[in-house]
Amino acid sequence: MFEELGTTAEGDMLINIGPQHPATHGVLHLVMTLNGETIKKTEPHLGYIHRSIEKMCESLTYRQFVYVTSRMDYLSSHINNHGCSLAVEKAMQIEVPERAQVIRVIMDELTRIASHELWWGAMAMDLGAFTPFFYSFRERETITDIMEETCGARLTMNYICPGGVMMDLHPDFQKRVKSFIALFKSKFDEYNELVTGNIIFQNRMKGVGVLSKEDAISYGCTGPTARGSGVSSDIRKLYPYEVYSKVQFDEVLETGGDSFSRYMVRINEMLQSIKIIEQLIDNIPEGEFQAKTKAVLKLPKGEFYQRVETARGELGIYIVSEGGTTPHRIKFRSPGFSNLSALGHMVKGSKIGDLVATMGTLDLVIPDIDR
Amino acid sequence: MFIIDYIKDIFKGLKSLLTGMKITGYYFTHHKEIITEQYPDNRATLKMADRFRGEVVMIHDEDNEHACTGCSACELACPNGTIKIINKFDVNAEGKKKKAIDTFIYHLELCTMCNLCIVACPTDTIKMEPNFEHSVYDRSKLTKVLNRPGSKIKAGVE
Repeated sequence: MFEELGTTAEGDMLINIGPQHPATHGVLHLVMTLNGETIKKTEPHLGYIHRSIEKMCESLTYRQFVYVTSRMDYLSSHINNHGCSLAVEKAMQIEVPERAQVIRVIMDELTRIASHELWWGAMAMDLGAFTPFFYSFRERETITDIMEETCGARLTMNYICPGGVMMDLHPDFQKRVKSFIALFKSKFDEYNELVTGNIIFQNRMKGVGVLSKEDAISYGCTGPTARGSGVSSDIRKLYPYEVYSKVQFDEVLETGGDSFSRYMVRINEMLQSIKIIEQLIDNIPEGEFQAKTKAVLKLPKGEFYQRVETARGELGIYIVSEGGTTPHRIKFRSPGFSNLSALGHMVKGSKIGDLVATMGTLDLVIPDIDR
Repeated sequence: MFIIDYIKDIFKGLKSLLTGMKITGYYFTHHKEIITEQYPDNRATLKMADRFRGEVVMIHDEDNEHACTGCSACELACPNGTIKIINKFDVNAEGKKKKAIDTFIYHLELCTMCNLCIVACPTDTIKMEPNFEHSVYDRSKLTKVLNRPGSKIKAGVE
């Protein structure tokens, strides 16, 4: 599978980046063909963190398989759980109480902000700026504290389950979310002053890793990666689920297609998420937080598909049911895999330093790419 | 013209650098806004959230009685095989056999704190405790028996 490393017949260098490399955010392995410092070819090799989650799900019941999906894209674990629950509810035609729907959407948006905060810090660290990481984690800590208080965990929450949510909100939830919104708004300008406005940063990002609109579509890119190239791909707008059709927000689009456009999309998406939370936080309806369901869920025979917008793009959950208590086959369409496939095209002809900048703006989470 | 642009760029770069350094300087001089927690030193005052999922425990009252009927609902709900329940049959005064738990084995090393067993329990006899300091030198120490020695089922729990 691996070609021999060293110098090829044409005089090009064949080297590995990863799987143990700090810039690859986990165990991503890139085999690169280099001419001097210019990249001629990039090939991602996967399989270092393959846990066969899809196969594992086949032996778990419909209540149990939801928690495993937190381990795919661990930075948007709420949204993964949400997608799985929606797929099961769609198949069983369970009516979710409105209170649960609003809680789910608030949690999704909080997760999205937390994920983008981590991306912002980690990406700045890739480019050599170390301090932004601490600034972003300062605000992210507030979100994880809110999650800890209501859901009981900080990263892999397993709070959203088929039928609604697992527990009711903590009494302090609304107060703490409001104080987070105030904190975030007061600190958001610091992000732009520290990183976005910096000339050194802008010179490293502008015109680097360009992905045209046509290429973004043909590679199947979704999420901020596609929206940075001007492709409208927000599932929350195009195929609204839960209460997304009732809230006002804008789909952030940039037309540049370079790393800086993708950066701006994510930065502005945080503000849109704040806008959604602000509309919902005072209007959580009273009532049940969980629909009445049976202890053992049995899906009717058939095939069911549900898509949700995670912090990285479109996540699709495809369930094939034979009518039993466990799925016959489950397939996840993860956003990171398609976004990574465009990397080789984006960095062709650029320098190694630009590869790190481009990879940073793709916001790769390797367990999501390699399930 | 190239020289002028070059010098302009240097000043622009310096200006944006100073804007960033201003924020760093602000936090350098304002110690009260630093939120770092000194973890092992603050253990006396550290308060975890009530719902924090650290480990599964069985609720016992002051008479050393629990409400576990040995129905195995938690064992079935667990996705990782963390819980193993061994049942026995108590013989009461009238000579009737009654199912009761002998040992409630809990493998903390396999547990992912997904909360599914707590939701599944019909008598609310197990719950999550916010204790998170689980490091031990031997893995076998993480296998726990949750029902205390000599404990028995509460009267009236079916």
